[in-house]
Amino acid sequence: MSTPPEQATATTRPDPLTPVLTRRWLSPRSWSLSTYEQLEGYSSLRTAFDAHPDQLIQLIKDSGLRGRGGAGFPTGMKWGFIPQDDGSGKGPGAKPKYLVINADEGEPGTCKDIPTMMADPHSLIEGCIVTSYAIRANFCAIYVRGEAVHCIRRLRAAVAEAKARGYLGRDILGTGFDLEIVVHAGAGAYICGEETALLDSLEGRRGQPRLKPPFPATSGLYASPTVVNNVETIASVPAIVTGGSAWFRSMGREKSPGPKIYSVSGHVERPGQYEAPLGITLRELLELAGGMKDGVPLKFWTPGGSSTPLFTAEHLDVPLDFEGAAEAGSMLGTTAVQVFNETVSVPWAVMKWTEFYKHESCGKCTPCREGTYWLVQILERMVHGEGTASDVETMLDVCDNILGRSFCALGDGATSPITSAIKYFRQEFLDLVAEQPAVQRPDQLADAERAQQTIDTELTGASA
Amino acid sequence: MTLPEGMPESNSASTAKPAERVFESVVAEPSPVSPTFDELTRQRTKEIIALYPQARSALLPLLHLVQSVENHVSQDGIRYCAEALDLSLAEVTAVVTFYTMYKRTPCGEHLVSVCTNTLCAALGGDDIYARLQERLGTEGRPLGHEETAGEPGSTGSITLEHAECLAACDLAPVLQVNYEYYDNQSVESATELVEALRRGERPAPTRGAPLTDLRTVELEIAGFVDDADVRVAGPSSAIESVRGAQLAADRGWVAPAMPDEPPAMPALPEKK
Repeated sequence: MSTPPEQATATTRPDPLTPVLTRRWLSPRSWSLSTYEQLEGYSSLRTAFDAHPDQLIQLIKDSGLRGRGGAGFPTGMKWGFIPQDDGSGKGPGAKPKYLVINADEGEPGTCKDIPTMMADPHSLIEGCIVTSYAIRANFCAIYVRGEAVHCIRRLRAAVAEAKARGYLGRDILGTGFDLEIVVHAGAGAYICGEETALLDSLEGRRGQPRLKPPFPATSGLYASPTVVNNVETIASVPAIVTGGSAWFRSMGREKSPGPKIYSVSGHVERPGQYEAPLGITLRELLELAGGMKDGVPLKFWTPGGSSTPLFTAEHLDVPLDFEGAAEAGSMLGTTAVQVFNETVSVPWAVMKWTEFYKHESCGKCTPCREGTYWLVQILERMVHGEGTASDVETMLDVCDNILGRSFCALGDGATSPITSAIKYFRQEFLDLVAEQPAVQRPDQLADAERAQQTIDTELTGASA
Repeated sequence: MTLPEGMPESNSASTAKPAERVFESVVAEPSPVSPTFDELTRQRTKEIIALYPQARSALLPLLHLVQSVENHVSQDGIRYCAEALDLSLAEVTAVVTFYTMYKRTPCGEHLVSVCTNTLCAALGGDDIYARLQERLGTEGRPLGHEETAGEPGSTGSITLEHAECLAACDLAPVLQVNYEYYDNQSVESATELVEALRRGERPAPTRGAPLTDLRTVELEIAGFVDDADVRVAGPSSAIESVRGAQLAADRGWVAPAMPDEPPAMPALPEKK
């Protein structure tokens, strides 16, 4: 057994903001190799290559790094699931291993990976090299959202620079380790952020999720063992190699250690990217961001994108880490903090999000494809003044038939804004119906029945 | 119940044995698309395919390449990809129709994508989109989603679309022209922008490379960048992007200091 890492003596609380991933963003030409190397870039490679790959996996396990793409799965554990060659030349361990970076940032509210890749692409490349060495992959694909064209340019330039300097390609730094990185552009599909849909898309197919198991760790890209990690996760790796797991754990909380980029957007005075230790609260973030815009009070907010259940002003002091957000009934997601003030109608906001899920549903499974379609119909008619008193219950019923019954998390995510909005703002939905000229469904049905009877009578009369 | 004698095939209504049936060859027909895709495009196609362990992975980039040639993906373009990767037309068509970035009708010189997802919409994105529809439409008929103002491909022609979250929420409301960012827009600034585009001007994006046209950008997405130094150096950093980093610098806030030397690696885990 390995000895557990010594806990950093937590005598002092870290500063409110702890730039690690964002520490180079203010430097001129921060995206160039020369700037990156001047600021200790690529210094983790020597340390990593001196170690055994399994030691690196253990290091990441010890650091407690958890996936930054939304689910928060322990990264080291994910790497450890990759079957390695046992010398028999058989089984999944004998197949090539792949590293795939999920850079298909598209969850509404999320805007952390795109600035990272634009400002500091080499940190991601360096992380890819260390990770590939740890899991023994010789091919890595960075799947970037197609619309993020400037990120694609910067990443490809970074790969070329790194290759020219001997950090990529054959026999990297004389270690005998080979690695090729391809920057792969997507083509506009939110579902490709789901890891198995991403793999299908990377294989040149429609981006539709796969049934799990088997999981990508044993049967991923080209049915080979594959690690799929988010940009921010892998960009965090070089600092852990250089600083150690205890240093990483000196930020954040016991089960959610490290720094994290919080993307604050919406009705605040100074929206932007704020890198803080995990566990910061919205109250603290709002203070950093200059408070609510023009002093208009907060109404609702998302802790981590539109797929994470809404929070309200009651939740200002919820610690925004994986446990804190979950205990309060939501999820940390991608720490995409979208802040809405009192001027925004909740049913309208929920309708807009639901239109998004309907558009992005891949169509593979019925609950999500049909459910999002009907939810949009209901929400649009409510918002356009034609709702009925039973609509709220109907929506909850439809959501109940999607949640846990759809193929992937897109369907589950689609229900989050609706069920949480009804939980906190049910009256607003009901008022919307009450204040509108009510559509008398029974009368409508009666009219329809009478019309049908008339037609039947006339037809029978004519034929008689 | 008695089963009929023999193998199930012998009970088939068809009298012809499988070997006697004649199927028309679909391969022999010469490709009608060859002239559209010149030698340079064919060379680029090979380069893209060579990047991947398996050829089919090249399909998405190849479709971007096709769009850079045709300014949309036509049936010829689908056939070209199918031939290049030895896929059926149905397999390629299924992919083309799945992804929103592949356009099935010829596009304008520019593609204007307005984010109308919740957060941008709440901050004015819906108003921007409505105003641009009206401005680019004709009398009494606003321009629809993915419709083009002007003769497709001609100078100043614009295809308009409403887009889902463009991942720039701290800079809302945003729009993209040919996937370059124009941040913190208003109805006025967006109207001025498309009017300039209609006049054939190319206002600089807030983040991204100097504005070109949709076809050039599709070629870049496929992996071929002219004048890379200038393109890569286009601005990327907005005040919003570095707000946290700047605030930390101003207040002297830093991450805890790392040890002087990287700490020793954990011991090798014992094999189970």
